[in-house]
Amino acid sequence: MPDPALLQVSGLAKYFDVSPPLLTRLIERQPRQVLRAVDGINFEIKRGETFSLVGESGCGKSTVARMVVGLHRPSAGGILFDGIDAVDPGNTASQSALRRRFQMIFQDPYASLNPRWRVRDIIAEPLRAFGLLHSEREVVERVAELLVQVGLSPVDGEKFPHEFSGGQRQRISIARALSSQPEFIVCDEPTSALDVSVQAQILNLMRDLQRELGLTYLFISHNLAVVYHVSDHIGVMYLGKLCEVATAKGLFRQPRHPYTRLLLDTIPDLEMSGRERPPVGGEVPNPIDPPSGCAFHPRCPFANDRCRSEAPVLRRVGNGTVACHGVEEGRIEAAEPTAG
Amino acid sequence: MALLDVRNLRVEFPTRRGVLTAIDDISFDISEGEVLGVVGESGAGKSLTGAAVIGLLEPPGRIADGEILLGGRRIDNLPYEQMRRIRGKEIGAIFQDPLTSLNPLYTIGRQLTETILTHMEMSPTEAHARAVELLAEVGIPAPERRIGSYPHEFSGGMRQRVVIALALCVNPRLIIADEPTTALDVSIQAQIIQLLKRLCRDHGMAVMLITHDMGVIAETADRVAVMYAGRIAEIGSVRDVVKNARHPYTQGLMGSIPLLGHEVERLEQIRGAMPRLTEIPNGCAFNPRCPKVMERCTEARPDLLTADATTRAACWLYDQEPADA
Repeated sequence: MPDPALLQVSGLAKYFDVSPPLLTRLIERQPRQVLRAVDGINFEIKRGETFSLVGESGCGKSTVARMVVGLHRPSAGGILFDGIDAVDPGNTASQSALRRRFQMIFQDPYASLNPRWRVRDIIAEPLRAFGLLHSEREVVERVAELLVQVGLSPVDGEKFPHEFSGGQRQRISIARALSSQPEFIVCDEPTSALDVSVQAQILNLMRDLQRELGLTYLFISHNLAVVYHVSDHIGVMYLGKLCEVATAKGLFRQPRHPYTRLLLDTIPDLEMSGRERPPVGGEVPNPIDPPSGCAFHPRCPFANDRCRSEAPVLRRVGNGTVACHGVEEGRIEAAEPTAG
Repeated sequence: MALLDVRNLRVEFPTRRGVLTAIDDISFDISEGEVLGVVGESGAGKSLTGAAVIGLLEPPGRIADGEILLGGRRIDNLPYEQMRRIRGKEIGAIFQDPLTSLNPLYTIGRQLTETILTHMEMSPTEAHARAVELLAEVGIPAPERRIGSYPHEFSGGMRQRVVIALALCVNPRLIIADEPTTALDVSIQAQIIQLLKRLCRDHGMAVMLITHDMGVIAETADRVAVMYAGRIAEIGSVRDVVKNARHPYTQGLMGSIPLLGHEVERLEQIRGAMPRLTEIPNGCAFNPRCPKVMERCTEARPDLLTADATTRAACWLYDQEPADA
């Protein structure tokens, strides 16, 4: 029997009402406006794997992360965690039992730790909130153990967050996320506020913890090189939709969707090959008023009439899935596989 | 001769608990038409170096020692009014956040023509024509129409183009660009880098490009200075520093960058973190984190030593004379 996915997301969508105030709408006869931040996406993550969502600002990747952990209620679609409905788990008891099993690490380690709490209380919060340990002595022991696990020292628990650097704070966030012994961690840009050498430390730590504890990650980032380094599978998002899902290696060796290629072409070149980056026209359109058909068509060099009128859906190509009419019709040849 | 020549610059911040030395004795130069990248992690002093050059150090920060020469003329000790004129006319600046660099209450056309009229002898009509021309040059579509727009009507990438036009509008000889692409998405970042490269080629400007992103440096700069804890750790041609770093800090920094297509189980990491300004160790500031630390490194601070034909590194590994001679 194949291993079932730990997390299954189907038809997930989030619409935000961004209409002007009622009175303005009545006087100026403006219609309601809906921002489709996430517009029907499907993916699944197998136990012990890292799945990454990558895309530019405003593509909806963070909204997906927030829906998965329950910080936003989806407008449509479902999230199954280990076969349990995570959107509506039923009674409160099963909800808190489910919540304990996943945690989140946020982008900004300066904003995600309460400046008035000591580090030991920050890390112990999930333990106390879920009532996991019964005596205070056990809590103290567990916190010390967690601090060591993330590369800090047990005495650091007495300090306040402002006494730590950005990288150390992110270690504290990780310790807090680990404290309830979750199986699944959602990481929303965990290293984008950090310097590269510190980023390397955090990425290495996350990988070690994954090995050691068998964690499953949903990793959100805009940095393709980081994503390539950490992921097993990658989903590329553009304006609230997935445009390509593939294995990390497959995506970088043989990108199929024109947007994936654009993203890969824009990565600065550290190989010093002297390659001129092909100029990419245009910018991400306003998600309140997205283009008709395929959302990428105004920037796509291969767009034709069908792309302008009909939205593509994800279809299986090779060992990934791509939402592109051009790829489906064979108009766009797969890029030559690159070495590496 | 170098257009910008910085000699033994030291920047200090007097505080209640004593004087903090944020930049400690750094020297570099930039020739006409050259792009010098200044790279380093937060707190290394790269932005302060830029601020010192354009005379915009926030008090109580002050230049405690050293000289800054622009075209052979000292500019670090000029009175405020004179420096202000140089800042507009001879040195242009591009900052990280294009929204805060523009005045939200004025149209971009007004901000451009105001700068042009202040520094150049032109009639308002000519200034307007020049503003439209500049907007076209930095790639803003329909510039005649957009010149009447306010900053909030532009997207982030377009705003940064306006800021670049503003920096260019009086043909400065030197541009200080402090993290010009950091706030932008990757695809927009590529556009802005292309634009900057093209403009300095066409105008023969010297550029001091300050960034934490080695990728941006590798694509744009001719030479690069790597800063660590207020000092230059290594300076040399971009190709050599990126491909064949000499200073152990630069080597660690390059190894910690994840690369596409490189299968590595773990990234190289530099242990520890950059010291605070109050706790800079004796000798070489990098010695507690350095994998090649020697006894000498904890005792004496190395200056930039010749490491190879194009690179100088502040590391005792490149001291030619034997230590015990």
